[in-house]
Amino acid sequence: MTSEFINKVRNQEIDIAEHTEKALEKVKRIDSEYHYMNTISEDLAREGAKHVKAIGEGVLAGTAVSIKDCICVKGVESTAGSKILEGYRPVFDATVVQRIKKEGGIIIGKTAQDEFGFGSFSVNVGIGKETPLNPLDKERVCGGSSGGSAGLVRKADFPHISLAESTGGSIVAPASFCGVVGLCPTYGRVSRHGLIDYANSLDKIGPIAKTTMQAALMLEIIAGHDPDESTSLKRPVDPYTDHVGRDIKGMKLGVIRRAFGEGTDDEVTRKVKDAISRLEDAGAEAHEVSLPMASEYAVPCYYLIAMCETSTNLAKLCGMRYGRHESLEGGFNEYFSKVRELNFGKEAKRRIILGTFARMAGCRDAYYIKALKVRSRIIQEYKKTLKQMDVLVSPTMPFTAPRFRDVEKLTPLQNYMSDILTAGPNVAGLPHISIPCGKAGGMPAGLMAIGDHLQESKLIQLGSALE
Amino acid sequence: MTVKVDEELVKKVSALARLNLTEAEVKEFVPQFSEILDAFSRLDEVDTKDADISFQPVEIKNIMREDKTEPSLEQEEALANTKHKKDGYFKGPRAV
Repeated sequence: MTSEFINKVRNQEIDIAEHTEKALEKVKRIDSEYHYMNTISEDLAREGAKHVKAIGEGVLAGTAVSIKDCICVKGVESTAGSKILEGYRPVFDATVVQRIKKEGGIIIGKTAQDEFGFGSFSVNVGIGKETPLNPLDKERVCGGSSGGSAGLVRKADFPHISLAESTGGSIVAPASFCGVVGLCPTYGRVSRHGLIDYANSLDKIGPIAKTTMQAALMLEIIAGHDPDESTSLKRPVDPYTDHVGRDIKGMKLGVIRRAFGEGTDDEVTRKVKDAISRLEDAGAEAHEVSLPMASEYAVPCYYLIAMCETSTNLAKLCGMRYGRHESLEGGFNEYFSKVRELNFGKEAKRRIILGTFARMAGCRDAYYIKALKVRSRIIQEYKKTLKQMDVLVSPTMPFTAPRFRDVEKLTPLQNYMSDILTAGPNVAGLPHISIPCGKAGGMPAGLMAIGDHLQESKLIQLGSALE
Repeated sequence: MTVKVDEELVKKVSALARLNLTEAEVKEFVPQFSEILDAFSRLDEVDTKDADISFQPVEIKNIMREDKTEPSLEQEEALANTKHKKDGYFKGPRAV
Protein backbone atom coordinates (compact mmCIF):
# COMPACT_ATOMS: atom_id res chain seq x y z
CA MET A 1 0.00 0.00 0.00
CA THR A 2 1.25 3.42 -0.81
CA SER A 3 0.09 6.89 0.05
CA GLU A 4 -0.29 7.16 -3.71
CA PHE A 5 -3.16 4.68 -3.59
CA ILE A 6 -4.86 6.52 -0.75
CA ASN A 7 -4.51 9.84 -2.54
CA LYS A 8 -6.00 8.40 -5.68
CA VAL A 9 -8.94 7.06 -3.71
CA ARG A 10 -9.47 10.44 -2.10
CA ASN A 11 -9.31 12.19 -5.47
CA GLN A 12 -11.70 9.63 -6.96
CA GLU A 13 -9.06 8.55 -9.48
CA ILE A 14 -9.64 5.01 -8.28
CA ASP A 15 -13.23 3.74 -8.17
CA ILE A 16 -13.09 2.30 -4.68
CA ALA A 17 -16.32 0.33 -5.06
CA GLU A 18 -14.94 -1.47 -8.08
CA HIS A 19 -11.54 -1.89 -6.44
CA THR A 20 -13.15 -3.40 -3.32
CA GLU A 21 -15.14 -5.92 -5.40
CA LYS A 22 -11.91 -7.10 -6.96
CA ALA A 23 -10.19 -7.26 -3.57
CA LEU A 24 -13.06 -9.37 -2.18
CA GLU A 25 -12.76 -11.78 -5.11
CA LYS A 26 -9.05 -12.11 -4.42
CA VAL A 27 -9.60 -12.70 -0.71
CA LYS A 28 -12.12 -15.44 -1.50
CA ARG A 29 -9.69 -17.07 -3.88
CA ILE A 30 -6.80 -16.90 -1.41
CA ASP A 31 -9.03 -18.14 1.41
CA SER A 32 -10.25 -21.17 -0.52
CA GLU A 33 -6.64 -22.24 -0.93
CA TYR A 34 -5.01 -21.11 2.35
CA HIS A 35 -7.85 -20.77 4.92
CA TYR A 36 -6.99 -17.33 6.27
CA MET A 37 -10.53 -16.11 6.92
CA ASN A 38 -13.11 -17.22 9.46
CA THR A 39 -15.60 -14.79 7.91
CA ILE A 40 -15.46 -12.58 4.82
CA SER A 41 -17.62 -9.53 5.46
CA GLU A 42 -18.69 -8.67 1.91
CA ASP A 43 -21.67 -6.50 2.82
CA LEU A 44 -19.72 -4.46 5.32
CA ALA A 45 -16.86 -4.01 2.84
CA ARG A 46 -19.26 -2.79 0.14
CA GLU A 47 -20.92 -0.43 2.58
CA GLY A 48 -17.48 0.89 3.60
CA ALA A 49 -16.44 1.39 -0.02
CA LYS A 50 -19.64 3.28 -0.75
CA HIS A 51 -19.02 5.54 2.21
CA VAL A 52 -15.40 6.22 1.23
CA LYS A 53 -16.49 6.92 -2.32
CA ALA A 54 -19.02 9.43 -1.08
CA ILE A 55 -16.79 11.32 1.36
CA GLY A 56 -13.32 10.74 -0.19
CA GLU A 57 -11.57 11.20 3.14
CA GLY A 58 -9.58 9.35 5.78
CA VAL A 59 -5.98 8.43 6.48
CA LEU A 60 -6.71 4.87 5.32
CA ALA A 61 -9.20 5.81 2.59
CA GLY A 62 -10.03 2.64 0.70
CA THR A 63 -7.39 0.41 2.34
CA ALA A 64 -8.67 -3.10 2.98
CA VAL A 65 -8.35 -4.08 6.65
CA SER A 66 -8.76 -7.62 7.95
CA ILE A 67 -9.44 -8.08 11.65
CA LYS A 68 -8.37 -10.98 13.83
CA ASP A 69 -11.44 -12.97 14.76
CA CYS A 70 -11.13 -12.11 18.47
CA ILE A 71 -11.84 -8.41 17.84
CA CYS A 72 -15.53 -7.48 17.73
CA VAL A 73 -16.96 -6.08 14.51
CA LYS A 74 -20.60 -5.01 14.70
CA GLY A 75 -22.92 -7.38 12.89
CA VAL A 76 -20.11 -9.69 11.73
CA GLU A 77 -19.69 -13.11 13.31
CA SER A 78 -16.83 -12.79 15.82
CA THR A 79 -15.79 -16.07 17.39
CA ALA A 80 -12.14 -15.72 18.49
CA GLY A 81 -11.74 -18.90 16.46
CA SER A 82 -13.94 -20.89 18.82
CA LYS A 83 -17.04 -22.98 18.24
CA ILE A 84 -18.42 -21.80 21.56
CA LEU A 85 -18.92 -18.33 20.04
CA GLU A 86 -20.43 -19.63 16.80
CA GLY A 87 -23.11 -17.28 15.56
CA TYR A 88 -22.11 -14.42 17.87
CA ARG A 89 -22.65 -11.13 16.08
CA PRO A 90 -21.56 -8.25 18.31
CA VAL A 91 -23.96 -5.34 18.63
CA PHE A 92 -21.04 -2.90 18.81
CA ASP A 93 -17.63 -2.25 17.24
CA ALA A 94 -14.40 -2.58 19.21
CA THR A 95 -12.79 0.84 19.72
CA VAL A 96 -10.02 -0.04 17.25
CA VAL A 97 -12.62 -0.98 14.62
CA GLN A 98 -14.47 2.31 15.15
CA ARG A 99 -11.22 4.19 14.59
CA ILE A 100 -10.38 2.26 11.42
CA LYS A 101 -13.84 2.84 9.97
CA LYS A 102 -13.58 6.53 10.78
CA GLU A 103 -10.35 6.76 8.78
CA GLY A 104 -11.87 5.10 5.72
CA GLY A 105 -10.48 1.59 6.27
CA ILE A 106 -12.61 -1.07 4.60
CA ILE A 107 -13.24 -4.08 6.80
CA ILE A 108 -13.04 -7.21 4.67
CA GLY A 109 -13.43 -9.91 7.32
CA LYS A 110 -12.20 -11.84 10.32
CA THR A 111 -8.92 -13.76 10.22
CA ALA A 112 -8.19 -17.31 11.36
CA GLN A 113 -6.43 -17.89 14.66
CA ASP A 114 -5.70 -20.45 17.32
CA GLU A 115 -8.84 -20.72 19.44
CA PHE A 116 -8.78 -17.65 21.76
CA GLY A 117 -5.09 -17.25 20.88
CA PHE A 118 -4.07 -20.57 22.47
CA GLY A 119 -1.11 -21.47 20.30
CA SER A 120 2.03 -20.46 18.47
CA PHE A 121 1.33 -22.18 15.16
CA SER A 122 -2.39 -21.62 14.37
CA VAL A 123 -2.95 -25.36 14.50
CA ASN A 124 -5.17 -25.15 17.61
CA VAL A 125 -8.11 -23.75 15.66
CA GLY A 126 -11.54 -24.27 17.19
CA ILE A 127 -13.79 -27.24 16.41
CA GLY A 128 -14.96 -27.08 12.79
CA LYS A 129 -12.50 -24.35 11.69
CA GLU A 130 -9.84 -24.81 9.04
CA THR A 131 -6.12 -24.47 9.71
CA PRO A 132 -4.35 -21.65 7.86
CA LEU A 133 -1.43 -22.74 5.65
CA ASN A 134 1.87 -20.94 5.28
CA PRO A 135 1.81 -18.62 2.23
CA LEU A 136 5.23 -19.81 1.09
CA ASP A 137 4.82 -23.54 1.68
CA LYS A 138 1.47 -25.19 2.29
CA GLU A 139 3.07 -28.04 4.23
CA ARG A 140 4.13 -25.57 6.89
CA VAL A 141 2.33 -23.58 9.57
CA CYS A 142 1.58 -19.87 9.43
CA GLY A 143 2.58 -19.27 13.00
CA GLY A 144 0.18 -18.19 15.66
CA SER A 145 -1.94 -17.19 17.03
CA SER A 146 -2.63 -14.44 14.45
CA GLY A 147 -1.87 -16.83 11.58
CA GLY A 148 -4.65 -15.77 9.22
CA SER A 149 -3.62 -12.12 9.54
CA ALA A 150 0.03 -12.76 8.68
CA GLY A 151 -0.79 -15.14 5.83
CA LEU A 152 -3.25 -12.76 4.23
CA VAL A 153 -0.84 -9.83 4.52
CA ARG A 154 1.75 -11.88 2.68
CA LYS A 155 -0.64 -13.09 -0.04
CA ALA A 156 -2.78 -10.00 -0.70
CA ASP A 157 -1.51 -8.02 -3.70
CA PHE A 158 -3.83 -5.08 -3.05
CA PRO A 159 -3.45 -2.39 -0.34
CA HIS A 160 -4.23 -4.20 2.90
CA ILE A 161 -3.27 -4.12 6.59
CA SER A 162 -4.35 -6.62 9.22
CA LEU A 163 -5.25 -6.02 12.82
CA ALA A 164 -3.82 -8.79 14.98
CA GLU A 165 -3.50 -9.42 18.71
CA SER A 166 -0.73 -10.73 20.95
CA THR A 167 -0.86 -12.28 24.40
CA GLY A 168 2.48 -14.13 24.39
CA GLY A 169 3.91 -13.48 20.93
CA SER A 170 0.93 -13.90 18.61
CA ILE A 171 1.73 -10.86 16.45
CA VAL A 172 5.45 -11.30 15.88
CA ALA A 173 5.55 -15.12 15.62
CA PRO A 174 3.28 -15.40 12.56
CA ALA A 175 4.82 -12.23 11.06
CA SER A 176 8.22 -13.92 11.27
CA PHE A 177 7.00 -17.20 9.76
CA CYS A 178 5.22 -15.44 6.88
CA GLY A 179 7.94 -12.86 6.16
CA VAL A 180 5.97 -9.72 7.04
CA VAL A 181 6.11 -6.98 9.69
CA GLY A 182 4.34 -7.43 13.03
CA LEU A 183 4.22 -4.64 15.61
CA CYS A 184 3.00 -5.35 19.12
CA PRO A 185 2.57 -2.14 21.12
CA THR A 186 3.06 -1.46 24.82
CA TYR A 187 0.40 -2.95 27.07
CA GLY A 188 -2.34 -0.32 27.38
CA ARG A 189 -1.24 1.73 24.36
CA VAL A 190 -4.15 0.44 22.26
CA SER A 191 -7.65 0.05 23.71
CA ARG A 192 -8.84 -3.51 24.31
CA HIS A 193 -12.48 -2.47 24.43
CA GLY A 194 -14.27 -4.98 22.22
CA LEU A 195 -11.49 -7.57 22.31
CA ILE A 196 -12.66 -11.06 23.22
CA ASP A 197 -10.08 -11.47 25.92
CA TYR A 198 -7.63 -14.27 26.48
CA ALA A 199 -5.65 -12.81 29.42
CA ASN A 200 -6.44 -9.24 30.45
CA SER A 201 -3.04 -8.27 31.77
CA LEU A 202 -1.27 -9.55 28.65
CA ASP A 203 -3.50 -8.90 25.62
CA LYS A 204 -2.40 -6.23 23.13
CA ILE A 205 -3.91 -5.34 19.76
CA GLY A 206 -1.44 -4.37 17.02
CA PRO A 207 -0.91 -4.39 13.25
CA ILE A 208 0.60 -6.90 10.84
CA ALA A 209 1.57 -5.30 7.53
CA LYS A 210 3.89 -5.61 4.56
CA THR A 211 6.09 -2.71 5.64
CA THR A 212 7.06 -0.86 8.81
CA MET A 213 5.48 2.28 7.33
CA GLN A 214 2.09 0.60 7.03
CA ALA A 215 2.33 -0.84 10.53
CA ALA A 216 3.25 2.61 11.89
CA LEU A 217 0.32 4.19 10.07
CA MET A 218 -2.12 1.69 11.55
CA LEU A 219 -0.68 2.06 15.05
CA GLU A 220 -1.05 5.83 14.82
CA ILE A 221 -4.76 5.35 14.16
CA ILE A 222 -5.56 2.77 16.82
CA ALA A 223 -3.29 3.99 19.66
CA GLY A 224 -4.43 6.38 22.35
CA HIS A 225 -6.58 6.63 25.43
CA ASP A 226 -10.09 5.20 25.45
CA PRO A 227 -12.43 6.10 28.30
CA ASP A 228 -14.20 2.76 27.75
CA GLU A 229 -11.09 0.80 28.71
CA SER A 230 -9.70 1.23 32.21
CA THR A 231 -6.19 -0.06 31.44
CA SER A 232 -5.75 2.16 28.40
CA LEU A 233 -2.91 4.65 28.95
CA LYS A 234 -3.52 8.38 28.97
CA ARG A 235 -0.12 9.26 27.53
CA PRO A 236 0.03 11.17 24.20
CA VAL A 237 0.56 9.18 21.00
CA ASP A 238 3.80 9.69 19.07
CA PRO A 239 3.57 10.54 15.37
CA TYR A 240 4.88 7.08 14.51
CA THR A 241 5.05 7.54 10.74
CA ASP A 242 7.47 10.45 11.24
CA HIS A 243 9.99 7.97 12.59
CA VAL A 244 10.05 5.89 9.41
CA GLY A 245 13.38 6.37 7.65
CA ARG A 246 15.01 8.35 10.48
CA ASP A 247 18.75 7.93 10.88
CA ILE A 248 19.73 5.25 13.41
CA LYS A 249 23.24 6.60 13.93
CA GLY A 250 24.28 6.02 17.54
CA MET A 251 21.27 3.83 18.37
CA LYS A 252 22.34 1.30 21.00
CA LEU A 253 21.30 -2.28 20.25
CA GLY A 254 21.43 -4.79 23.07
CA VAL A 255 22.02 -8.15 21.41
CA ILE A 256 20.46 -10.80 23.67
CA ARG A 257 23.24 -13.36 23.95
CA ARG A 258 21.19 -16.36 25.06
CA ALA A 259 18.80 -16.02 22.11
CA PHE A 260 21.50 -17.02 19.65
CA GLY A 261 22.77 -20.06 21.46
CA GLU A 262 21.47 -23.54 21.95
CA GLY A 263 17.97 -24.10 20.63
CA THR A 264 18.17 -21.50 17.88
CA ASP A 265 18.57 -22.69 14.31
CA ASP A 266 22.06 -21.90 12.94
CA GLU A 267 20.78 -20.45 9.71
CA VAL A 268 18.33 -18.21 11.58
CA THR A 269 21.18 -17.05 13.83
CA ARG A 270 23.25 -16.21 10.74
CA LYS A 271 20.46 -14.21 9.11
CA VAL A 272 19.71 -12.20 12.23
CA LYS A 273 23.43 -11.53 12.85
CA ASP A 274 23.77 -10.36 9.22
CA ALA A 275 20.88 -8.00 9.80
CA ILE A 276 22.55 -6.65 12.96
CA SER A 277 25.73 -6.05 10.93
CA ARG A 278 23.70 -4.07 8.40
CA LEU A 279 22.26 -1.99 11.22
CA GLU A 280 25.80 -1.37 12.46
CA ASP A 281 26.81 -0.30 8.97
CA ALA A 282 23.97 2.21 9.18
CA GLY A 283 25.47 3.64 12.37
CA ALA A 284 23.90 1.60 15.18
CA GLU A 285 26.11 0.31 18.01
CA ALA A 286 25.70 -3.35 18.98
CA HIS A 287 26.48 -4.54 22.51
CA GLU A 288 25.92 -7.98 23.97
CA VAL A 289 23.48 -8.14 26.85
CA SER A 290 22.29 -10.95 29.01
CA LEU A 291 18.79 -11.28 30.48
CA PRO A 292 18.95 -14.38 32.66
CA MET A 293 15.55 -13.86 34.34
CA ALA A 294 13.64 -13.46 31.08
CA SER A 295 15.58 -16.17 29.28
CA GLU A 296 15.05 -18.76 32.00
CA TYR A 297 11.69 -17.95 33.50
CA ALA A 298 9.55 -15.94 31.08
CA VAL A 299 7.86 -18.99 29.56
CA PRO A 300 6.53 -20.57 32.80
CA CYS A 301 5.78 -17.10 34.21
CA TYR A 302 3.80 -16.18 31.11
CA TYR A 303 1.87 -19.44 30.88
CA LEU A 304 0.87 -19.46 34.52
CA ILE A 305 -0.46 -15.89 34.41
CA ALA A 306 -2.15 -16.43 31.06
CA MET A 307 -3.81 -19.68 32.10
CA CYS A 308 -5.02 -18.27 35.41
CA GLU A 309 -6.53 -15.23 33.75
CA THR A 310 -8.07 -17.19 30.91
CA SER A 311 -9.69 -19.71 33.21
CA THR A 312 -11.69 -16.87 34.75
CA ASN A 313 -12.27 -15.00 31.47
CA LEU A 314 -13.71 -18.01 29.71
CA ALA A 315 -16.11 -18.70 32.57
CA LYS A 316 -18.59 -16.35 30.91
CA LEU A 317 -18.80 -18.64 27.89
CA CYS A 318 -21.51 -21.03 28.94
CA GLY A 319 -24.26 -21.02 26.32
CA MET A 320 -26.44 -18.39 27.94
CA ARG A 321 -26.20 -14.92 26.44
CA TYR A 322 -24.36 -15.40 23.16
CA GLY A 323 -22.58 -18.00 21.08
CA ARG A 324 -23.50 -21.66 20.96
CA HIS A 325 -26.57 -22.76 22.85
CA GLU A 326 -27.58 -26.29 23.70
CA SER A 327 -31.02 -27.40 24.78
CA LEU A 328 -31.80 -26.18 28.30
CA GLU A 329 -31.67 -29.46 30.16
CA GLY A 330 -30.48 -30.22 33.64
CA GLY A 331 -29.39 -27.79 36.34
CA PHE A 332 -27.04 -24.84 36.06
CA ASN A 333 -23.83 -26.77 36.50
CA GLU A 334 -24.88 -29.63 34.25
CA TYR A 335 -25.89 -27.27 31.46
CA PHE A 336 -22.74 -25.12 31.61
CA SER A 337 -20.42 -28.12 31.88
CA LYS A 338 -22.08 -29.71 28.87
CA VAL A 339 -21.95 -26.59 26.69
CA ARG A 340 -18.28 -26.16 27.51
CA GLU A 341 -17.44 -29.83 26.94
CA LEU A 342 -19.02 -29.84 23.49
CA ASN A 343 -17.70 -26.54 22.20
CA PHE A 344 -14.21 -25.86 23.55
CA GLY A 345 -11.25 -27.35 21.70
CA LYS A 346 -8.64 -29.46 23.45
CA GLU A 347 -6.05 -26.75 24.11
CA ALA A 348 -8.74 -24.48 25.53
CA LYS A 349 -9.72 -27.27 27.93
CA ARG A 350 -6.10 -27.78 28.91
CA ARG A 351 -5.57 -24.11 29.71
CA ILE A 352 -8.85 -23.69 31.58
CA ILE A 353 -8.12 -26.68 33.79
CA LEU A 354 -4.48 -25.78 34.44
CA GLY A 355 -5.49 -22.18 35.19
CA THR A 356 -8.24 -23.31 37.54
CA PHE A 357 -5.77 -25.61 39.28
CA ALA A 358 -3.14 -22.87 39.70
CA ARG A 359 -5.71 -20.61 41.41
CA MET A 360 -7.06 -23.29 43.77
CA ALA A 361 -6.70 -22.86 47.52
CA GLY A 362 -3.31 -24.27 48.46
CA CYS A 363 -1.88 -23.72 44.97
CA ARG A 364 -2.58 -20.04 44.39
CA ASP A 365 0.51 -18.72 46.23
CA ALA A 366 2.85 -21.34 44.81
CA TYR A 367 1.80 -20.83 41.20
CA TYR A 368 -0.25 -17.73 40.46
CA ILE A 369 1.16 -15.28 43.00
CA LYS A 370 4.67 -16.66 42.50
CA ALA A 371 4.38 -16.01 38.75
CA LEU A 372 3.20 -12.43 39.40
CA LYS A 373 6.26 -11.86 41.58
CA VAL A 374 8.62 -13.37 39.04
CA ARG A 375 7.00 -11.07 36.51
CA SER A 376 8.16 -8.09 38.62
CA ARG A 377 11.71 -9.44 38.53
CA ILE A 378 11.56 -9.88 34.76
CA ILE A 379 10.22 -6.34 34.29
CA GLN A 380 13.00 -4.95 36.53
CA GLU A 381 15.64 -6.76 34.50
CA TYR A 382 14.33 -5.41 31.19
CA LYS A 383 13.93 -1.87 32.54
CA LYS A 384 17.49 -1.87 33.86
CA THR A 385 18.89 -3.12 30.56
CA LEU A 386 16.80 -0.66 28.57
CA LYS A 387 18.29 2.20 30.57
CA GLN A 388 21.57 1.42 28.85
CA MET A 389 20.23 0.28 25.49
CA ASP A 390 17.72 1.81 23.08
CA VAL A 391 16.38 -1.53 21.91
CA LEU A 392 17.07 -5.22 22.47
CA VAL A 393 17.46 -7.50 19.47
CA SER A 394 17.19 -11.24 18.90
CA PRO A 395 15.60 -13.63 16.43
CA THR A 396 11.79 -13.43 16.66
CA MET A 397 11.41 -17.20 16.63
CA PRO A 398 14.29 -19.62 17.14
CA PHE A 399 13.40 -21.40 13.89
CA THR A 400 11.50 -20.87 10.65
CA ALA A 401 7.93 -22.09 10.08
CA PRO A 402 7.88 -25.80 10.92
CA ARG A 403 6.02 -28.45 8.92
CA PHE A 404 2.63 -29.59 10.17
CA ARG A 405 3.90 -33.14 10.55
CA ASP A 406 6.66 -31.94 12.89
CA VAL A 407 4.33 -29.77 14.98
CA GLU A 408 2.00 -32.75 15.44
CA LYS A 409 4.76 -34.60 17.26
CA LEU A 410 5.28 -31.90 19.90
CA THR A 411 3.93 -32.33 23.43
CA PRO A 412 1.96 -29.39 24.85
CA LEU A 413 5.03 -28.35 26.88
CA GLN A 414 7.23 -28.40 23.78
CA ASN A 415 4.64 -26.22 22.06
CA TYR A 416 4.82 -23.74 24.94
CA MET A 417 8.62 -23.67 24.82
CA SER A 418 8.53 -22.30 21.28
CA ASP A 419 7.57 -18.95 22.86
CA ILE A 420 10.99 -18.77 24.54
CA LEU A 421 11.97 -15.52 22.82
CA THR A 422 8.58 -13.80 22.71
CA ALA A 423 7.20 -14.58 26.18
CA GLY A 424 9.56 -12.09 27.88
CA PRO A 425 8.50 -8.83 26.21
CA ASN A 426 4.87 -9.93 26.42
CA VAL A 427 4.92 -10.71 30.12
CA ALA A 428 6.63 -7.32 30.70
CA GLY A 429 4.19 -5.42 28.44
CA LEU A 430 7.07 -4.11 26.30
CA PRO A 431 6.53 -3.11 22.66
CA HIS A 432 8.23 -5.35 20.11
CA ILE A 433 8.44 -5.65 16.35
CA SER A 434 9.36 -8.45 13.96
CA ILE A 435 11.08 -7.43 10.72
CA PRO A 436 11.83 -9.91 7.93
CA CYS A 437 15.58 -10.45 7.54
CA GLY A 438 16.00 -12.86 4.68
CA LYS A 439 15.41 -16.56 4.30
CA ALA A 440 16.87 -19.44 6.21
CA GLY A 441 16.56 -22.75 4.38
CA GLY A 442 14.03 -21.19 1.99
CA MET A 443 11.68 -19.85 4.68
CA PRO A 444 11.53 -16.33 6.16
CA ALA A 445 13.44 -15.46 9.33
CA GLY A 446 12.56 -12.47 11.50
CA LEU A 447 14.55 -10.08 13.65
CA MET A 448 12.75 -8.98 16.80
CA ALA A 449 13.44 -5.63 18.43
CA ILE A 450 12.11 -4.87 21.92
CA GLY A 451 11.77 -1.33 23.26
CA ASP A 452 11.03 0.19 26.64
CA HIS A 453 7.39 0.98 27.49
CA LEU A 454 5.93 3.49 24.99
CA GLN A 455 9.08 3.47 22.85
CA GLU A 456 7.33 2.15 19.73
CA SER A 457 8.92 4.96 17.69
CA LYS A 458 12.40 3.51 18.14
CA LEU A 459 11.20 0.15 16.86
CA ILE A 460 9.70 1.82 13.81
CA GLN A 461 12.90 3.73 13.19
CA LEU A 462 14.92 0.52 13.44
CA GLY A 463 12.49 -1.51 11.33
CA SER A 464 12.51 0.96 8.49
CA ALA A 465 16.33 1.16 8.63
CA LEU A 466 16.53 -2.61 8.19
CA GLU A 467 14.12 -2.53 5.27
CA MET B 1 5.90 -26.95 44.38
CA THR B 2 5.58 -30.56 43.31
CA VAL B 3 2.19 -32.10 42.75
CA LYS B 4 1.20 -35.61 41.90
CA VAL B 5 -1.16 -35.38 38.97
CA ASP B 6 -3.57 -38.28 38.67
CA GLU B 7 -6.98 -38.87 37.13
CA GLU B 8 -8.74 -37.97 40.34
CA LEU B 9 -7.10 -34.54 40.46
CA VAL B 10 -7.87 -33.80 36.81
CA LYS B 11 -11.51 -34.75 37.35
CA LYS B 12 -11.76 -32.68 40.51
CA VAL B 13 -10.38 -29.57 38.81
CA SER B 14 -12.49 -30.04 35.69
CA ALA B 15 -15.60 -30.18 37.88
CA LEU B 16 -14.54 -26.92 39.54
CA ALA B 17 -14.03 -25.42 36.08
CA ARG B 18 -17.54 -26.53 35.02
CA LEU B 19 -16.04 -28.39 32.11
CA ASN B 20 -16.83 -32.04 31.49
CA LEU B 21 -14.02 -34.15 30.09
CA THR B 22 -14.26 -37.50 28.36
CA GLU B 23 -12.38 -40.43 29.90
CA ALA B 24 -9.96 -40.30 26.97
CA GLU B 25 -9.24 -36.64 27.64
CA VAL B 26 -8.61 -37.29 31.32
CA LYS B 27 -6.13 -40.05 30.43
CA GLU B 28 -4.40 -37.84 27.89
CA PHE B 29 -4.15 -34.86 30.23
CA VAL B 30 -2.59 -36.66 33.24
CA PRO B 31 0.95 -37.07 31.84
CA GLN B 32 0.76 -33.75 29.98
CA PHE B 33 -0.23 -31.78 33.09
CA SER B 34 2.43 -33.56 35.08
CA GLU B 35 5.12 -32.53 32.60
CA ILE B 36 3.82 -28.95 32.37
CA LEU B 37 3.53 -28.39 36.13
CA ASP B 38 7.00 -29.82 36.69
CA ALA B 39 8.39 -27.33 34.20
CA PHE B 40 6.43 -24.46 35.75
CA SER B 41 7.81 -25.32 39.18
CA ARG B 42 11.16 -23.99 37.99
CA LEU B 43 9.87 -20.62 39.19
CA ASP B 44 10.63 -21.87 42.71
CA GLU B 45 14.30 -21.18 41.97
CA VAL B 46 13.66 -17.43 41.78
CA ASP B 47 14.12 -15.44 44.96
CA THR B 48 10.98 -13.34 45.20
CA LYS B 49 11.16 -12.41 48.88
CA ASP B 50 10.89 -8.67 48.36
CA ALA B 51 9.28 -8.75 44.95
CA ASP B 52 6.06 -6.86 44.28
CA ILE B 53 3.09 -8.62 42.75
CA SER B 54 2.61 -7.32 39.19
CA PHE B 55 -1.04 -7.74 38.31
CA GLN B 56 -0.32 -5.47 35.33
CA PRO B 57 2.95 -4.96 33.45
CA VAL B 58 2.65 -1.17 33.66
CA GLU B 59 1.58 0.83 36.67
CA ILE B 60 -2.10 1.70 36.56
CA LYS B 61 -3.62 3.53 39.51
CA ASN B 62 -7.19 3.96 40.65
CA ILE B 63 -8.97 4.16 37.34
CA MET B 64 -12.49 5.32 38.15
CA ARG B 65 -15.13 6.95 36.08
CA GLU B 66 -17.59 9.59 37.17
CA ASP B 67 -20.46 8.05 39.11
CA LYS B 68 -23.18 8.95 36.67
CA THR B 69 -25.49 7.11 34.33
CA GLU B 70 -24.23 6.51 30.81
CA PRO B 71 -25.97 5.03 27.82
CA SER B 72 -25.87 1.23 27.71
CA LEU B 73 -27.22 -1.53 25.48
CA GLU B 74 -30.92 -1.53 24.75
CA GLN B 75 -32.71 -4.60 26.09
CA GLU B 76 -33.28 -5.84 22.55
CA GLU B 77 -29.58 -5.54 21.72
CA ALA B 78 -28.56 -7.32 24.89
CA LEU B 79 -30.85 -10.22 23.99
CA ALA B 80 -29.97 -10.22 20.28
CA ASN B 81 -27.48 -13.06 20.55
CA THR B 82 -29.36 -15.53 22.73
CA LYS B 83 -31.71 -18.33 21.82
CA HIS B 84 -32.85 -18.74 25.38
CA LYS B 85 -35.02 -15.75 26.26
CA LYS B 86 -38.49 -15.09 27.55
CA ASP B 87 -40.44 -11.87 28.16
CA GLY B 88 -37.35 -9.68 27.74
CA TYR B 89 -35.17 -11.79 30.06
CA PHE B 90 -32.44 -14.35 29.54
CA LYS B 91 -33.71 -17.81 30.25
CA GLY B 92 -31.25 -20.04 32.09
CA PRO B 93 -31.20 -23.64 33.20
CA ARG B 94 -32.98 -24.36 36.45
CA ALA B 95 -31.08 -23.18 39.49
CA VAL B 96 -32.40 -25.66 42.05
